Amino acid sequence: MMKNKTQKNRHVYWNPYFGGFLLGLLIILTFYLTGRGLGASGALKSGVVTIVDTVAPTHAESNAYYSKFIKEDESPLNNWLVFEAIGVLLGAFLSGAFTGRLKLQVEHSPKITSKRRLLFALGGGTLFGLGAQIARGCTSGAALSGMAVLSVGGFITMVFIFGTGFVVAYFFRKNWI
Amino acid sequence: MGPLIPNGLIPMDWNYVIAIFIGMAFGYILEASGFSSSRKLAGVFYGYDFVVLKVFFTSAVVAAIGLYYMDYLNWVDISQLYVHPTYLWAAIIGGMIMGVGFLAGGFCPGTSFCGAAIGKIDAMVFTGGIMLGIFVFAEAFTVLEPLFDSSNYGNITLMDTLNMSPYWIIFIFTIIAIVSFGISDKIRNKVKKVFY
Repeated sequence: MMKNKTQKNRHVYWNPYFGGFLLGLLIILTFYLTGRGLGASGALKSGVVTIVDTVAPTHAESNAYYSKFIKEDESPLNNWLVFEAIGVLLGAFLSGAFTGRLKLQVEHSPKITSKRRLLFALGGGTLFGLGAQIARGCTSGAALSGMAVLSVGGFITMVFIFGTGFVVAYFFRKNWI
Repeated sequence: MGPLIPNGLIPMDWNYVIAIFIGMAFGYILEASGFSSSRKLAGVFYGYDFVVLKVFFTSAVVAAIGLYYMDYLNWVDISQLYVHPTYLWAAIIGGMIMGVGFLAGGFCPGTSFCGAAIGKIDAMVFTGGIMLGIFVFAEAFTVLEPLFDSSNYGNITLMDTLNMSPYWIIFIFTIIAIVSFGISDKIRNKVKKVFY
């Protein structure tokens, strides 16, 4: 019964070339309308700047990084990528709702515990956030949108994200296979 | 001629409304393609699921062909589009840190939003981690600033670096993508299936 459900779920995802084609069209539309590409980590940056600016405004204004994004009369959350990220949450929720994938759970390999999965998720997220700031964008903003307009930096970031992934995959294998 | 909003053909007031709709399409496509599952995403690194490679390369190739074709038809002025700037060492080091983060956490920012939206607690924790990482970066900015601002080559494209026409570059990129799809299918047939 359980296995049946798992096997069935595996096939409800779109064909990857169909998904990729639609995503390509969406990138074209986004550039055509706004002149820029898609993004993801930028919205969280706005969130962090807002939190720090609320909790410790003098610290935020004296910090050379936060202060780049603080404006006199406008919240850092008043930003294109923040609205786009809200849309991402809505869109993913709708897709999950239509296909019956809405479920509160910790997804992990049967070889590891939920606690271990969450600890690695926290550590991995922290590294990703740090790396995305250094590279001025993540897989969406730097790699994907960069590659669409043949940006050298976009290709370099993509090669090093995935290249490093393959190099370190061996050390993390227990978490996934 | 596009881009429409920067050229004033669509009023600026629509910018955030459009942002929400574009985001919804982005999230819908990612979730429907399986990007809300960390074990599916990690498959590309172990050879049991290549959805990341296929979706990522297909979309980049489609977007590059489409944008350059629209430029050729004078529907969009490609020189007005934002080109992600190249800070060589920041792109390399940042990419490497993100690569380790990907394998440890199983998501990237956009995919973790999708996972969080359908109730994956690991994705919510990953998203919190990203915010922590951004905080660490900002607090350590004086130390990291030399790396962040060094080796700036500006908004260069592969045409500048390789000294080739964009059409040839896109053609070669497309061939590389198709060959990689073929190789990935061969690898997947040899690798033990993983169920998740």
